[in-house]
This record gives sequence, structure tokens and C-alpha cells, in this order.
Amino acid sequence: MNTRQHMQRGAMVSMPMILGGVPFGLLFGSLASSYGLSPWFAVAMSAIVFAGSAQFVALGLIAIHAPIWVIVSTTFIVNLRHLLYAADMVKYVKHLPMSLRFIMGFGLVDETYAAVRPMYQIGSVDEKTGHKVYLGSFVAFYLMWNTTTILGVLSGELIPGMSEWGLEFAMVATFIGIITPYLKHSPFWFCMLTAGVSSIVLFELPNNLGLLVSAVIGVVAGYIADTAIASDQSVRPRSTTDQTAQGDKQ
Amino acid sequence: MSLLESVLIILGMFVVTFGVRFVLFARAHKVIMPVFVERALKFVPVAVLTAIITPMVFMTESQVNISLNNPWLVGAFAAFAVGIWRQHQLLTIFVGVAVFFIAKYTL
Repeated sequence: MNTRQHMQRGAMVSMPMILGGVPFGLLFGSLASSYGLSPWFAVAMSAIVFAGSAQFVALGLIAIHAPIWVIVSTTFIVNLRHLLYAADMVKYVKHLPMSLRFIMGFGLVDETYAAVRPMYQIGSVDEKTGHKVYLGSFVAFYLMWNTTTILGVLSGELIPGMSEWGLEFAMVATFIGIITPYLKHSPFWFCMLTAGVSSIVLFELPNNLGLLVSAVIGVVAGYIADTAIASDQSVRPRSTTDQTAQGDKQ
Repeated sequence: MSLLESVLIILGMFVVTFGVRFVLFARAHKVIMPVFVERALKFVPVAVLTAIITPMVFMTESQVNISLNNPWLVGAFAAFAVGIWRQHQLLTIFVGVAVFFIAKYTL
């Protein structure tokens, strides 16, 4: 397969989530114009910042005349989960030239990470092809996000009530399709259940903090379950205190 | 909002967003992840994706809503069951979305 075919593959695996993102892009554009913001402001934000949920949060803060430092620091907190994605992706980008890493960093959104990361896991991409698939996913997502923002700005609300249809459910279904193959191993069940319960308990926390804290709780719970099970199965009784050795065996 | 304010907001948001995403990539060839970190990071996809969708699925207008009147829950349950039964992503998405729309517009 050549580069273009790999990129097409990336765009194709992202398609359900891209479809699910369409109402959000339209909604963002139309909300921005309904708040009386310049059309260029919304278009520039989607093109330069490229961060779905943080853009909505920023609109809300601008509407209540929050100071700029509040808007920027809130954006930081809302997007902090991407640091976890980046940490997880480091091993797949370290051999790539800086210019490519630059673009991949810019495009590191929930959907592209969700679509491409599991492909490394199952071996359908490797270090020679993964970034091409990733770029295909990013470009497709970027085009959709910016096109729908412009359409939303231009039209106010393109199709009345479209945001009520529930197209966003495509993203939920896709995420479930990504999660379920992991559940063959019990630590991932612990991870999912703790992250899920926490996300509801902590829902009231401001600025997506509940999401961030729940994600960290899920990761820690999965890790603890993983080491507990490994030490259970270990033939060496003292290995509970020797986590590094267990990690090496994995 | 003045032009300067607009520019500062977008510039500031860009710097923190891109900074968070790029900082580890920029040093990727020098970063050495300890084994236990690498072992914990494999839980990131499940943890973050679950934390994103669980409130969408189980809550309606900020209230927990566990009933057949919640099409998000019905659709997600169907997708989850299919995903566990057959690890086929497109089938999972298709059944989930189909059940969601049936629940939303008929139940």
C-alpha cells in the first residue's frame, strides 16, 4: 500500500466518529454567531485551536465575559487528558522526524487517538505505516471540523433541530466498539468500571475535571489489578514487592 | 470583544492545547518511560473513552436515567453486548446506532 492508501484507511476507520462530529461542528459555528461573535473568530478557532469540547467551553466563558487568563487556563485543564494520549503514543512517534511529530501533535484529538491507537495493538499498523493512517484520520477530521464550523457560522442553524437527532451517538457506539476487545482481560474490566462509576460520581466537577480524574482513577485501578493478578500467578512468593520484575515479564 | 482580545484568546488557547499534545512528542526520542508507566499507560484508551461516554449514556440532563426511555442507554447496552459477543467494530457500531434510533423514535 502506498501513502495515500494508508491515509484513506485512516479516514475510513474514523468515518463513524466523523459523522458523529458533524452536529458538534455545526452547533459550534451557529452558537458562536448566535453569541454575536465575528464569523472569523469561530472559523479561526476551529482552524488554529482544533479542540472540540474546549471550544464550546471557551464560547460559554466568552459569553459570561470571563477574563482571557480564565479562558486559557480552562482550555488547558479541559485538554489535559491529551497528555495521557501523548504519553501512550510516544513509543510510536519517537523514530519520526520532528515535522511529522509536530503535525501529529496538532492533530492529537480524542477521535484520532481512539481510531488509530488500537490498530497498533492488533498489528494492523506498525511504525512504518501507523503515522500515515494517523495523518489520514487527522486530515479527514480536520476537514470535517472546519467545514461544519463554516457552515454553522453561515447558516445559524443549517437544519433545524439537527443537534437533537442524536448523530453524536455514532461516537458513543464507536468508543464502545474500541473498548470491548480489551475486555478479554479482567484488569480492563476494573479499569472500565472504576472510570465509569467515577465519571458519574464526579460529573458535577467543573471544566471536565471529572473526566480527567476518572480517567486517572481508571488507569490506576487497571494497573493495580494487573499487578495483583500477575503476583497471584507468580511462582515467586515475594514478587508482590517487586513490581519492576513483574513488568519485565509481561 | 476587540480584535486584540480575539487574537489573544485564540493564540492562548492554541498554545496550551498544542503544548499539551506536543510536549512529549517533541522529546519522544529522549523520553524513556519506566516499565511501570508503560504498563499503566496501556489502560489509557479504556479509561479515557469510558470516562467520556459514561455520563452521556447514563445521564439525561445531568440526572442519572436508567430506564428504557433513555435511548442512549439502550443503544449503548446493545453495542456493548454485540462488542463482547463478537469483537467486530463495524458490527458493534451498526447495531448500537440502529438500536439507538429505534429506541429514540419508537419506544
